[in-house]
Amino acid sequence: MTARVDGTIAPAIAAESIIKNFNHVHALRGASFEAFPGEVTALVGDNGAGKSTLVKILAGTLQPDGGTIRIDGREVTFADPVAATALGIETVYQDLALAPDLDAAANVFLGREIRRMHFFHDQAEMRRRTAKSFADLGVGLVQDLRVPVASFSGGQRQSVAIARAAMWARHVIMLDEPTAALGVIQTAKVLDLIRSIRDRGLAVVFISHNLPQVLEVADRIEVLRLGSRVARFRGGEVNVDQLIAAISGAFSNEVAA
Amino acid sequence: MSAQTPDGTDNAVAPASADTIGSRMRRVFTSPTFITFAFLLLVMVLFSVMAPGKFGTITNFKLLAQNVAILTVVSVGTTFVIATGGIDLSIPSGIVLGEVFAVKALSMIPVGGGTAVDLNADQSGIGYILIALAFSLAAGTLVGLINGVVVAYMRVPAMLATLGTLGGGLGVALLMQNGVNIATYAINPVSSASLLFGIPNLIIIAVIVAIVGIVMLNLSVFGRHTLAIGSSSEAARRVGIKVERHLVLVYTLGGFASGFGGFLSLGYFSTTSVAGHSTDNLQAITAVALGGTSLFGGVATVFGTIVGVWIPAILQNGFIIMGVQPYWQMVAVGAVLILAVWLDRIRRSSQGGR
Ligand SMILES: Nc1ncnc2c1ncn2[C@@H]1O[C@H](COP(=O)(O)OP(=O)(O)OP(=O)(O)O)[C@@H](O)[C@H]1O
Ligand SMILES: [Mg+2]
Repeated sequence: MTARVDGTIAPAIAAESIIKNFNHVHALRGASFEAFPGEVTALVGDNGAGKSTLVKILAGTLQPDGGTIRIDGREVTFADPVAATALGIETVYQDLALAPDLDAAANVFLGREIRRMHFFHDQAEMRRRTAKSFADLGVGLVQDLRVPVASFSGGQRQSVAIARAAMWARHVIMLDEPTAALGVIQTAKVLDLIRSIRDRGLAVVFISHNLPQVLEVADRIEVLRLGSRVARFRGGEVNVDQLIAAISGAFSNEVAA
Repeated sequence: MSAQTPDGTDNAVAPASADTIGSRMRRVFTSPTFITFAFLLLVMVLFSVMAPGKFGTITNFKLLAQNVAILTVVSVGTTFVIATGGIDLSIPSGIVLGEVFAVKALSMIPVGGGTAVDLNADQSGIGYILIALAFSLAAGTLVGLINGVVVAYMRVPAMLATLGTLGGGLGVALLMQNGVNIATYAINPVSSASLLFGIPNLIIIAVIVAIVGIVMLNLSVFGRHTLAIGSSSEAARRVGIKVERHLVLVYTLGGFASGFGGFLSLGYFSTTSVAGHSTDNLQAITAVALGGTSLFGGVATVFGTIVGVWIPAILQNGFIIMGVQPYWQMVAVGAVLILAVWLDRIRRSSQGGR
């Protein structure tokens, strides 16, 4: 974490006035967002508010039509996802983005394979490390590591995607509805995992429609509505009703952009 | 550390022993590749029993292996294309252009009163062979490169892109030849001579290509990324795989294999064959599909492709030996193809996948 001259801490990742249009759909209209190191920042908003679009822009998967991205206060542009992962930013996408025909280890190491003689991948070592990190992270898998993830349950697939991100994240981890397909036990595990990643000093961005869950785990909460930020709260200073008011547009503590 | 989920399944991290030999064997035995391989073995046993002393002989198998060698080479290449979820109909164009380019290059080398095209097989030298090889490979690679760019960057569906280069490439070959074939013995030794244990070179080359294909698909990062793109190009893109560039490489590899096939064909038949390869694309796709490679991409096996190359060849050979009308081979291959793909379909939908 980088201390600013005035003593405050720069956001680990920040979006300023991001604009993103899909043809005639204005998905983001000057959206801003900040997440700080050692904190869980929840991003909430109604369906279609632009949460996933914002995350994809911060992950380098989509390019914004306007606005600025800052990492530790420094302006950056991400030409592709590799530019973001190179800075230690990992993302669990809402659609998971796994290759269904590959096994868990192949997915975890996809694009960053452990190589032998440059040309070959070291499958045994990748399996070993995947098994170890799944165990460390408390990610449960019924199937063995050799079957394609297509044969996993939705929750198990989600676990693979989360474990992959948790394994590689060094600076920021963004999770887009990571608990959507999970049962009670797995959800609790993921929330524990989120806390332990935060305690390692990373900035955690957590998207969820489950507001009690958000209040349980978030240090800060930012609310997105119709493509821009309408409210910011500290975790302990807000309740579900206030969040619903902000999400539905009845409340705002943000000056209009 | 074992926790029960609400649905009662054991949710502990799978210990190494959960990956039992039994579960691994079950996967192998229910794979479409194994089923077609078993079918191939069964047919071979049947023919050996029913035509003793004729089918199951070394001579017969040497002949068969030579006959399928060129199809093996191009089918290994096209396995990679299909692994990405693509298709390559332009194989005949790569092969024929490979032949024609080689012949054109040889015809520009003056030898005695004529050119290198007029050489007899025993007059040929490594120099002529290498020049022919270079031009064959260049022709095929060019076709593949065009395929790749059109598919990956211009986003034309592979079926149509390669249909275009199929027609266009054959047209160019016919123009270059004024529609007539040229015979040449200059590179004859490539295919018919033997450098090893009296095994014809063509067979050795096919075996090497198959091994290289297996290693590349299963053990290399290139192969892994090929399968990943076929499985989900978006997932591949998000982890930073350069999907378009990789697709260009894969189609170029397919074209390279076709060009090489053209070189081997010129050596084997001692003539260009501008009209002689028109169904090689369909034969290759049949072989790939028979072997258990998914036409939807993401799942591919080069070994399966080899099995798929042999099934039609064995059936035809066996029917001829037994005096059955060889046209039955076409009927049988068609039926087996549909059966194999259907079985794969069932297996996948029962897996809960796609
Ligand atoms: N690739 C795309 N092409 C066209 N429109 C898109 C695309 N991606 C998102 N949109 C549109 O942008 C808007 C914001 O979508 P986004 O997925 O970011 O919302 P979200 O807040 O994540 O919603 P949810 O809670 O349902 O996941 C929606 O109107 C959506 O239809
Ligand atoms: Mg979303």
